[in-house]
Amino acid sequence: MEDNIILQLKNITKKYPGVTALDNVSLDIKKGEVHALVGENGAGKSTLIKTCTGAISPNEGRIIVEGNEFSEMNPKLSEGNGISVIYQEFNLVGELSVAENIFLGNAIRNGIVIDREKMIEESQKIFDQLKIDINPKTLVKNLTVGYQQIVEIAKALSKNAKILIMDEPSAPLTKSELKHLFEMVDKLKKQGVTIIYISHRLDEVFRLGDRVTVIRDGEKIKTLNTDETNVDELINLMVGRELKETFPPRECNIQDDILLEANHLTGNGVYDCSFKVKKGEVLGFGGLIGAGRTELSELVFGYSKIESGEIIYKGEKISPKSPEEAIDYGIALVPEDRKQQGVLLDIDIKGNISMSILQRISSYSVVDKTREIDISSNYRKKMNIKTPNLEQKVKNLSGGNQQKVVIAKWLASNPDLIILDEPTRGIDVGAKFEIYKLINQLVAEGKTIILISSEMEELIGMSDRIMVLAEGEITGMLQKDEFSQEKILNYASKTERESD
Amino acid sequence: MHQKLKERVIRMDLAKVRKYGIYIALIVLIIFFSLNSNAFLNPGNLINIARQSSMLGIAAVGMAFVLLLGGIDLSIGSQISLVNIIGAWLMAKAGMNPIFAILISLTVSTSIGFMNGWIIANIKMPPLIVTLASLTILEGLAFIISGGVPIFGFPESFSVIGQGYVGFVPVPVIIMIVIMAIGAFILNKTYFGRYFYAVGGNEEASELSGINVKRVKYLVYTLSGLFAGIAGIVMLSRTNSGQAIAGKGFELDVLTAVVLGGVSITGGYGKIYNVVAGVLIMGVLSNGMVLMNIDSYYQLVIKGLVLMFAVGFDSYQRFVVASD
Repeated sequence: MEDNIILQLKNITKKYPGVTALDNVSLDIKKGEVHALVGENGAGKSTLIKTCTGAISPNEGRIIVEGNEFSEMNPKLSEGNGISVIYQEFNLVGELSVAENIFLGNAIRNGIVIDREKMIEESQKIFDQLKIDINPKTLVKNLTVGYQQIVEIAKALSKNAKILIMDEPSAPLTKSELKHLFEMVDKLKKQGVTIIYISHRLDEVFRLGDRVTVIRDGEKIKTLNTDETNVDELINLMVGRELKETFPPRECNIQDDILLEANHLTGNGVYDCSFKVKKGEVLGFGGLIGAGRTELSELVFGYSKIESGEIIYKGEKISPKSPEEAIDYGIALVPEDRKQQGVLLDIDIKGNISMSILQRISSYSVVDKTREIDISSNYRKKMNIKTPNLEQKVKNLSGGNQQKVVIAKWLASNPDLIILDEPTRGIDVGAKFEIYKLINQLVAEGKTIILISSEMEELIGMSDRIMVLAEGEITGMLQKDEFSQEKILNYASKTERESD
Repeated sequence: MHQKLKERVIRMDLAKVRKYGIYIALIVLIIFFSLNSNAFLNPGNLINIARQSSMLGIAAVGMAFVLLLGGIDLSIGSQISLVNIIGAWLMAKAGMNPIFAILISLTVSTSIGFMNGWIIANIKMPPLIVTLASLTILEGLAFIISGGVPIFGFPESFSVIGQGYVGFVPVPVIIMIVIMAIGAFILNKTYFGRYFYAVGGNEEASELSGINVKRVKYLVYTLSGLFAGIAGIVMLSRTNSGQAIAGKGFELDVLTAVVLGGVSITGGYGKIYNVVAGVLIMGVLSNGMVLMNIDSYYQLVIKGLVLMFAVGFDSYQRFVVASD
């Protein structure tokens, strides 16, 4: 074996029921290099990282750290072998000082007494090495996100990390903080730390990385030297697959009337978004996770506060302050997180379907149960919800059928604009296809749809136009004849930020 | 494999216990007390149990609503005390007509309930703390108004509410049956009753479904205040004397009865008709312990154990289901 390889993954396979998250992935990480890991949402990057840290155990394969072979890791073992991860969500305690955070869980002690002085001293040493100016006595909650990240890095170094895995480290940072991060990575590299750098932003990959590995659909596609490749090649490798024709054909029913127009909408992490949706159209929202698609739809649905800008709906200016108001206007939102936001698991199917219209089908506050059963059995038929009866609790249904119940709940309120946020996430192929057919049927009936999806194929296959967001801003609008995965990904990984 | 099977058997048993256990427990208690006390099965005593349980039953409807919503109302006991004192003061000291005195007292308790709900919904304070603070405030107010001494001397007509009979059925029992019927009606028939379950089961999904969650919270705590007020009036009429400690500790009996009746402490699950059984258990237990001459300090210990058992069973059962 080559001496300069510090971490080797051999034939790693991880299967979940019905899904292969990692398929026979092998990867060599050289000592002292910055190795970038790129791939679309759900390509398997995180799963790969988790096998290195022991958060998950692979079904097959081996992990070799500096010549020591393991069939699976556990967090302690991983740390003992010098592997540390900086997650997107920091594991810091705001109310404790920087030094205390760095030594959290392995405090320096004198008998049973914590040796604060020593911890401060040691922390200072790490910061001196990195030439960073942070007072170890400061409380972590008073630091900016950028400095908190440095504390995380210092914490890893205090444990003698040799391999530092950084999961989307640039995501929470501002432009100026980003510069510090780059400098930090350079410094760590100089000190001989090996870095695995995961990022959606390809410019960073070229700025920092020595080599880059592309992961797609749980497989390793290729490892390249960064100075022998370019952005276009990487995007091609990330996308790679041909579009399969798995989408039902649709008769175009787009009318000239504008149903909804957003002008300079700002709020909830979304900045200055302007767009129009025509009646009968399917407008796709593309972008990476955290790009602000869900946040934008929440503004329209009255679930978050609009700071500035306006919404013009059916020719009138509206500003829904609650979902209740939005529903009255005829807007519906099928939320992203089915179990948390969509269904009421302990309530039966008919109760779920009628939830948004209960008041409408009540007279003198008493629910008209016959109508409730009529409506819900109607949707059970229309949506093909597989269940022995309507009295089943929703928690007993499969994911696909639960999703149909959520959609049925919204259709029952007879909306004109339906926002579908990741409507096919985590459901099987058959149910997916049914939902696609339903979307077609709805636009044929004159309804308008906003489709948020992280699945490129779905977005391209179902949308009439695609609007791409990145970091809370609209970065591109594609007409049907311009659709391509490359273009969407290009807009989605734009790193232009507003100057701060 | 064998382990899994065993777990499944336990789970099924728990579900059955949840469904029928309460009735079995009630029957066991009745058999136990009738074996240990000759007076227990006496028709007069049985009617007495029903009458004693009536205040518990009335307040339990409000507490059931609150628990369904995922909240709790610890101020019920103090609301009863305050209503006791206000009603008593208005009739005995201000010479007010009983009907007006009742209406004013109920308005006060209803408003207090609304305020609890408003604070919980808008300030986002935990219901436990909000109603615990109310408990203390209202108890203090009751003492301030009464000066710590009992108030008595009400018009003769007022005693009908707590002491009267229609045929052989005590009036308070009739009031309880009416309130419970209203409670069951709200939960089973009205759209806002359905909202209680929805909000208690998943607040975020409910709000996204267009339910005005705040309004639901106002309503539920307001109703809890109203029902506590009615229980307070019944108590005042029964004892014929307004006391600042009339409802002290009552909220825990109510809580025990409701949780015994299968309403989940974390919300979203429960039925009024099972609460009836929970109320009867508490009534039988109190009565039986007195008949057996059990020391009142021991009675406290036993009641506390029952509360712990009821909540413990609910929590454990949910844990087993969740780890499915």
